[in-house]
Amino acid sequence: MHNLLSILIWLPIAAGVLVMLLGDRNIVAGRWVALLGSLATLLLAGPLWMHFDTSTAALQFPETLPWIPRFQAYYGLGVDGISMPLVVLTAFMTVPVVIAGWSVIQARPAQYFAAFLIMEGLMIGVFAATDALLFYFFWEAMLIPMFLIIGIWGGPRRVYATIKFFLYTFLGSVFMLAALIYMYVKSGNYSIAGLQALPLTLIEQRWIFVAFFLAFAVKVPMFPVHTWLPDAHVEAPTGGSVILAAIMLKMGGYGFLRFSLPITPDASRELDLAVIALSLIAVIYIGFVALVQQDMKKLIAYSSIAHMGFVTLGVFIVYQIVRNTGSLSGAGMGMDGAMVQMISHGLISGALFLCVGVLYDRVHSRQIADYGGVINTMPVFAAFFVLFALANTGLPGTSGFVGEFLVIIASFRASFWYALLAAVTLVLGAAYTLWLVKRVVFGPVANSKVAALQDLNGREFIVLGALAIAVLLVGVWPAPLLKVMQPTIQHLLTQAIATKL
Amino acid sequence: MNPLAMSDGLMSWSSLAPAVTEIWLVIAICYLLLVDVFAGERHRGLTPTLTLVVLAAGAALTVSCGHVTERTLLFNGLYVADELGYVLKLAALLVVAVALLYSRAYLAERGILRGEYYVLALTALLGICVLVSANSLLTVYLGVELLALSVYAMVAFDRDSGLSAEAAMKYFVLGAIASGALLYGMSLIYGLTGTLDLTQIAARAHAPLHLGVILGLVFIVVAVAFKLGAVPFHMWLPDVYEGAPTSVTLFIGTVPKIAYFALTLRLLAQGLAGTEAQWSQMLAPLAVLTLVVGNLVALVQTNIKRLLAYSTIANVGFIVLGFVAGTPDGYAAALFYTLAYVLVALGSFGVILLAGTRGFEADRLDDYRGLYQRDPLLALVMMMLMFSTAGVPIFVGFWAKLRIFQVLWESHHLWLVVIAAATSVVGAYYYLRVIKLMYFDDPQGSLPATTASAGVRLALALNAAAVVALGIRPGPLLDLCARLIH
Repeated sequence: MHNLLSILIWLPIAAGVLVMLLGDRNIVAGRWVALLGSLATLLLAGPLWMHFDTSTAALQFPETLPWIPRFQAYYGLGVDGISMPLVVLTAFMTVPVVIAGWSVIQARPAQYFAAFLIMEGLMIGVFAATDALLFYFFWEAMLIPMFLIIGIWGGPRRVYATIKFFLYTFLGSVFMLAALIYMYVKSGNYSIAGLQALPLTLIEQRWIFVAFFLAFAVKVPMFPVHTWLPDAHVEAPTGGSVILAAIMLKMGGYGFLRFSLPITPDASRELDLAVIALSLIAVIYIGFVALVQQDMKKLIAYSSIAHMGFVTLGVFIVYQIVRNTGSLSGAGMGMDGAMVQMISHGLISGALFLCVGVLYDRVHSRQIADYGGVINTMPVFAAFFVLFALANTGLPGTSGFVGEFLVIIASFRASFWYALLAAVTLVLGAAYTLWLVKRVVFGPVANSKVAALQDLNGREFIVLGALAIAVLLVGVWPAPLLKVMQPTIQHLLTQAIATKL
Repeated sequence: MNPLAMSDGLMSWSSLAPAVTEIWLVIAICYLLLVDVFAGERHRGLTPTLTLVVLAAGAALTVSCGHVTERTLLFNGLYVADELGYVLKLAALLVVAVALLYSRAYLAERGILRGEYYVLALTALLGICVLVSANSLLTVYLGVELLALSVYAMVAFDRDSGLSAEAAMKYFVLGAIASGALLYGMSLIYGLTGTLDLTQIAARAHAPLHLGVILGLVFIVVAVAFKLGAVPFHMWLPDVYEGAPTSVTLFIGTVPKIAYFALTLRLLAQGLAGTEAQWSQMLAPLAVLTLVVGNLVALVQTNIKRLLAYSTIANVGFIVLGFVAGTPDGYAAALFYTLAYVLVALGSFGVILLAGTRGFEADRLDDYRGLYQRDPLLALVMMMLMFSTAGVPIFVGFWAKLRIFQVLWESHHLWLVVIAAATSVVGAYYYLRVIKLMYFDDPQGSLPATTASAGVRLALALNAAAVVALGIRPGPLLDLCARLIH
């Protein structure tokens, strides 16, 4: 199938438009269209993985159509070892969101499902675009459905949260756009490969790096531009939180790998310490912040920021490793770790938000204090929750372990102190996550609401079960994932190390 | 090139063909005035319908007779027919038709559905066409005044409304000052170059510049800035937008922008091309002020017409930036921005018109709370238009802003890029606020149901669809704009 990626982008969008046209009156049909649309996208993502050639760093499943001849902009798609797993993750995570919203969403359900499906297509577009203009097109367009999702179906402070979310990301993106246009004016086209090959002076690289950094750091989010995330997560409906944590944050990391390192390698080398410092602050300081949260969603949100700190750390320690050892051999491990961490965090944080959603649907509270002893009334749910919590702390055998472990090992090569500071997360992560579990799941039944809880229904069981299998699979057998990424990361390393000066 | 030789002294029909739009409009205006007198009170709807027929026929005539393949001078060089004029006239005809279509129910509900309104709209359109094809300072002034006087009268059309009368008065007085400035500037240029012909002015006004030419240029730039609504000559704009009947706000918020783009292009970029270094220096601070003031003041508005007025000012800032770039690509970018803006403004003022009913103006922002529940189509269209003006893909507004950024980079205006980018983020906030009111809030009290007819709704939906279609495939329009300028 030579236009598989196009289908992956446009099939969910078409399904979303169809659901919207069916409207709230035909919501029964609409729900099935949404489910089938997302399932079909997931099934089609299967061949993407199967037919992916793991021996090359070249872009695969390429498609190129002229789009805007005046700008030399193409509708260009293609995936490599970095983007392909993220495309699959996007397709995978939308299905649980649709199922989780099945009967919970009462207000304007047609638009709810439509928004998520359309967003799925746009997000896949972000990962698959090989033309910077097309990338930006999807990158910005994606904000619209998310803005509406938080604003319409969110909690009490949803308006504040969604406008903050939009403006933060918009501010970052506008400067990225300015940088992209600058490079277009220099090079005459928008192809990402062309921009990567474009020679740039150090001063140009610095400015472009800063512009990219604004866009990607907001998205990741990195300290100190992370403050939109706790608000957005707390106020978003469950599905919105899942997509936000599982996919949208990954776009920041993806941006660093796809744009910052290859396009501005010298500036990245020069400014790596700043990024590493911010990553370590995220890991440690935000870990402490997570510890004191009273709201379950907020706690998981801060935990996300800390975990994403590992991603940026893994990406940027490369330069320090090369400086120390003079060889590329160990440097790839940091990036491997960053990529695995992105996939793993997508699964785990999505699952944790779904777990909170399960509780919230029953009790209508996210406050930790309103729970206690959930295991007595919901034993099956408690088992899942404990599993995902342990994965979040990086327990060996779960996906959370692989990413963190690789990054910590790699940071040893860079500096003992980095590794020491990064390893603090093992303590902090365990502290805030397990303390959360202790207060919510274990202990005596806290109140009458908890006493009246019903255990998981079939839909919820399927959703959490599928995620649990994925988390364990990546944890026990990460080799296929690493193999897919290997050639691309090697290629990326040579790009990141090479100088453009 | 001697213009006399071109027009050959004697005029034959074929030599007048490029001016067919204006000729047709003059004839039609005279007939419509008569028809309206004889139609009387009973057939109030006759003139509006006939006007749409006139516009359709005008478009058909323009397409069949008015197309020129190369630049042609008529009327002893007073008038130029080129592809730019041809396309802009067609665009103006279309926009006027859609604007009048949106307005009809509004006018009828407020008892001001009168033939004169339509005649004034047509005379304004005539002024626009003259301006678009002007090749002499005299023709420029003729077009500007014909347009302005028609519009002053339209603003005051609801004669029982004190607010409208006040707005019209302000507009007229300030407009008169601007006209004075324009005339004074023109007289200086004429005195120093000895010609009114823009082509010849271009040939004579170049470095080393006489100080008087620069002085004249200053006055002309002031007048142009006033017409466009650039800060600090923007004072009239919010008051007029707010005070005028909404249908008139729709009118003056859309079609004249095409004309004023042409005014800027013909006067500054073509006629005074030799002074580009000077006027682009004058326009740059104006553009920055316009962007900053427009976007910041829009943040605190409570009236949606005023909000959109400041949004207009902010958008004008971008159009002026296109001229600041001072290259054909820059003018093409400004043209693209203007057309995209007009398309979006047409829809957004259209939504305001349709959201109101008899006795309910729907002009406060609070009236838009929960619009989604009152009328999902209006809310959806408005949301798309707001995202478009904010510059978010998949809408045409994104490409308009992108193109301006591009030409600014190409002409090495780093700081203008940064300011434009930063202010457009500020601007996004108030567009989001409108969406928030419509989608996230519940309606206040019980508002009357909207009464727009199916046809008008279809037009509005098509308007929004065009914004999306051009947002996904901007290529053809971009190419067209570039071709028209080069």
